[in-house]
Amino acid sequence: MTLASPSDFEDNLQPQGWLRYFSFSLDHKVIGLQYLICGFIFYLVGGALAGIIRTELWSPMSDFVSRETYNETLTLHGTIMIFLWIVPVVNGAFGNYLIPFYVGARDMAFPRLNAVAFWLIPPAGILLISSYFIAGAAAQSGWTAYPPLSLTTPAAGQVVWILSVLLLGGSSIFGGINFIATILKLRRPGLKLMMLPLYCWAMLGTSVLVVLSTPVLAGTLILLSFDIIAHTGFFNPTMGGNVVVYQHLFWFYSHPAVYIMVLPAFGLVSEILPIHARKPLFGYTTMVYSIMAIVFLGLIVWAHHMFTSGTPPWMRLFFTIATSFIAVPTGIKFFNWLATLWGGKIALNSAMLFSCAFIVNFVFGGITGVALAQVPFDIHVHDTYFVVGHFHYIVYGGTVFVIFGSLYHWYPKFTGRLLNEDLGRLHFLLTFVGFNLCFAPQHWLGLNGMPRRVAEYDPAFTTLNQLSSVGALLMAISTLPLLINVVVTAINGKKAGDNPWNALTPEWLTSSPPPVENWHGEAPLVTEPYGYGQHLEAKA
Amino acid sequence: MTSTTPLQDSTAIEARQEQAEEAHGDFRLFGLATFLVADGMTFAGFFAAYLTFKAVNPLPEGGIYELELLLPTINTVVLIISSFTFHRAGKECRAGQLGASRLWLGITGALGAIFLAGQMVEYFNLPFGLTDNLFASTFYALTGFHGLHVTLGVICITIVALQTRPGGRISATDHFGLEAAELYWHFVDGIWVVLYGILYLL
Amino acid sequence: MPIRTVLAVFTATTVLVITGLWVGNNVNLLPPGASSNASTYDELFKVLFSIGTVLFLGIVVLLIYSMIRFRRRSGDMSDGLAIEGNLPLEIVWTAIPAVVVLFVGLYSYDIYERMGGMATLNDHMAMDHGAMQQVSVKEGDTAGRVWGGIGVSGMEAAPGGPVLPVEVTAMQFAFIFHYPGSDITTGELHVPTGQQIELHMEARDVIHAFWVPQFRLKQDIIPGQPTVLSFTATRAGTYPIICAELCGPYHGGMRSNVVVQEPEAYDNWLQQNTPNSTNT
Repeated sequence: MTLASPSDFEDNLQPQGWLRYFSFSLDHKVIGLQYLICGFIFYLVGGALAGIIRTELWSPMSDFVSRETYNETLTLHGTIMIFLWIVPVVNGAFGNYLIPFYVGARDMAFPRLNAVAFWLIPPAGILLISSYFIAGAAAQSGWTAYPPLSLTTPAAGQVVWILSVLLLGGSSIFGGINFIATILKLRRPGLKLMMLPLYCWAMLGTSVLVVLSTPVLAGTLILLSFDIIAHTGFFNPTMGGNVVVYQHLFWFYSHPAVYIMVLPAFGLVSEILPIHARKPLFGYTTMVYSIMAIVFLGLIVWAHHMFTSGTPPWMRLFFTIATSFIAVPTGIKFFNWLATLWGGKIALNSAMLFSCAFIVNFVFGGITGVALAQVPFDIHVHDTYFVVGHFHYIVYGGTVFVIFGSLYHWYPKFTGRLLNEDLGRLHFLLTFVGFNLCFAPQHWLGLNGMPRRVAEYDPAFTTLNQLSSVGALLMAISTLPLLINVVVTAINGKKAGDNPWNALTPEWLTSSPPPVENWHGEAPLVTEPYGYGQHLEAKA
Repeated sequence: MTSTTPLQDSTAIEARQEQAEEAHGDFRLFGLATFLVADGMTFAGFFAAYLTFKAVNPLPEGGIYELELLLPTINTVVLIISSFTFHRAGKECRAGQLGASRLWLGITGALGAIFLAGQMVEYFNLPFGLTDNLFASTFYALTGFHGLHVTLGVICITIVALQTRPGGRISATDHFGLEAAELYWHFVDGIWVVLYGILYLL
Repeated sequence: MPIRTVLAVFTATTVLVITGLWVGNNVNLLPPGASSNASTYDELFKVLFSIGTVLFLGIVVLLIYSMIRFRRRSGDMSDGLAIEGNLPLEIVWTAIPAVVVLFVGLYSYDIYERMGGMATLNDHMAMDHGAMQQVSVKEGDTAGRVWGGIGVSGMEAAPGGPVLPVEVTAMQFAFIFHYPGSDITTGELHVPTGQQIELHMEARDVIHAFWVPQFRLKQDIIPGQPTVLSFTATRAGTYPIICAELCGPYHGGMRSNVVVQEPEAYDNWLQQNTPNSTNT
């Protein structure tokens, strides 16, 4: 990036060069990278907190941090990883960077709203983390904040937590509105919905979920804060309130939140696989419909988190069936991805390794997920380490693996340089081994009697917990090659050219990094973003 | 890194916004409508909570509160009328009659203020306070959250009315602010009708 | 389709299914069962484990096979085949998960029914289910409502006389058990084998959960919501009672034991601990 000459600076309201990443920039590409870098910093913070948890669990006694601190740690770990790392990065970062390219626009529909949505995140995150450093002041009731526990733990921390989550929810809603408007209203003339790259569909579905479910969480947390501050009794049983209503409202958001984290990852994988396998995406139409099915089903399955909460039997039955059926559209996607790979010319680079590992991890998490949907099965393992293992397979093994894969894939677009492949493979190996070592044993722990969110446990479980902690250490180490890779290649990396992967999706049809107005001339009309094989002659 | 075109960020963004609006019409109303869907979901959550509380959590002895119907019914009528007056204001504006539009906006704003005043009167005459019991808390939360929306609406109406003065931002051809306020106002009215039905009649 | 492909697919599927069945039946991931519904649960677990193994191994083998077989040879810059979809194939893999899921759903519903989970505890129509008579203990309380978890476990397998009610109070950070029949209050649950136990559970402060892994049972205890949980222990021994819902700083330490005894030993314990008998 050349710095603007001094004479240009007069009428230039926005800083250029690296400074613009710290400014209220309206450029969707800058905002996307702001989301990415900000999210990654919070990932390191959340990872450090996970490190505290795994260190505490090295021994069966509560001996590393105080019990209160332990509960603060697990609360903040969950909240940061979900609201400050995965949701902003897999939606905000890649969505903002890619969607305008995919629809052939020069920016998002509402650039100012977009910048506001991003700039809500750092203050909310800093607010949340700062509460951790004041003794006993951070929330201690888990990221679920179930009352009455959240009403009886220190109030200041809980209120800060609510405030922070409300800000992040607002950011998420603004982002969702922007994506919906951009995808539906800002497409270049001639570009029909069924020509869009699949990530657009994933983001459309995700944004619908965000817009429909996040406000319900916001309303619930407002009621919860009333209970804490104004001493109303919505969720306070001693005042005639009902705690199960909180759980319903909470999960009405927080189950779709899983799809808010996972659907965009599905979309990103659907972009990466065809390019590196040199084959069209298999079954585009069924992929689109399966996204819609997941969105619909995702909204009506929340109570499967409450099978032991004393929900009536008919409700358990309904939610079991509805939840199980999510496996159908999800299964379609996985079989379609396998079919995309079948007969391709697969380049086994870092982007592809992470994407393939995503398939392995997510299938595993999906299978335990279908098992968890069965009431009798769930009654034994609910709130145990089995569930902890399951959802880390979904959100880490699923989404975070895709985020890393996407980083290797789109880094040349962001910077014009390729990430180093050797460091990339090392990063992959450490992450994959560390991840499975950390979370696979947790399934057994849960089945055999280790509840989640405990600082002390049955000494019989020591060995597997230590194994899990070693895995966590490997995962921590795995970020080093990534960090080194990003820093070194940004300065001294191999030049990528405009289209290093010979891709057909629109973002590669402009220079890398792209100009401020995205296209040097008119935006190209890409009617077949996955037309590999058939355009061989045309490109040669 | 590779060089970019000399076009500056700020000018580029303004240029492309204009270009986008030219090509796609005004999508800002669409964005607002999406936001209102989200806002509506917040109310939906509150309604669901209220209905569940009512069905599952009986009030303590002597805690069943009958609400007075007269004042809220008048308020409902006032709010519904205000929707029509706002509609009229929009029509006048599009026809180029900015003066008439301003008058109708004034009436709408006044009706909104009357509604808020009525709500205040009701609050001060209620036999229960915020923390008395579950029903009381939910009542205040619902009507209060809606009242907040009405207040915001009245502020918006005032701003829009000021903008219709000669030389203001709103003209017969460029009246996004007015249309946005109108959409919002209809939404707030619609929510009230549902709220009235659930809270007072059910 | 060439006959060799059909044979290969058939062989692979057979090997896969046999592997899955073997794993499901021979790899034991669960602690020993000690209640009448543990065996029912383990049956479901085996089925889910087998199906899961088949699906997981199948997909992983297919993936790794593709990654090796179809890897890009160095210097090869060409594209793969331009296959954009195959409707019959897509219908097949919509149908397979649908059938599997439908089977699993119906099967687990059946298991749940056998575990007594479908009994509506606050529904008076369900009162004629043998175990329900004691539910009215809490009637007239707060809401007059009793939410239930697993209700009538092992209805048939409860020959050990009448239902034994025990009142459970969960508080930060302990369980207190009270035997209304003999006025015993204890921190450790003692139950005889073969007799149906009915826990009447209440929480004092925040949500707790009563979990005995060896019984395969868990039930949240929610303040303001008296809850009944019933089970029949089948194997003598001492098993942990674990609080499974985050309830505060000492949540990890909120544990107790359930001592399952043969009826004679249990009667002994009862004799020794009944306040009247110890006082005199």
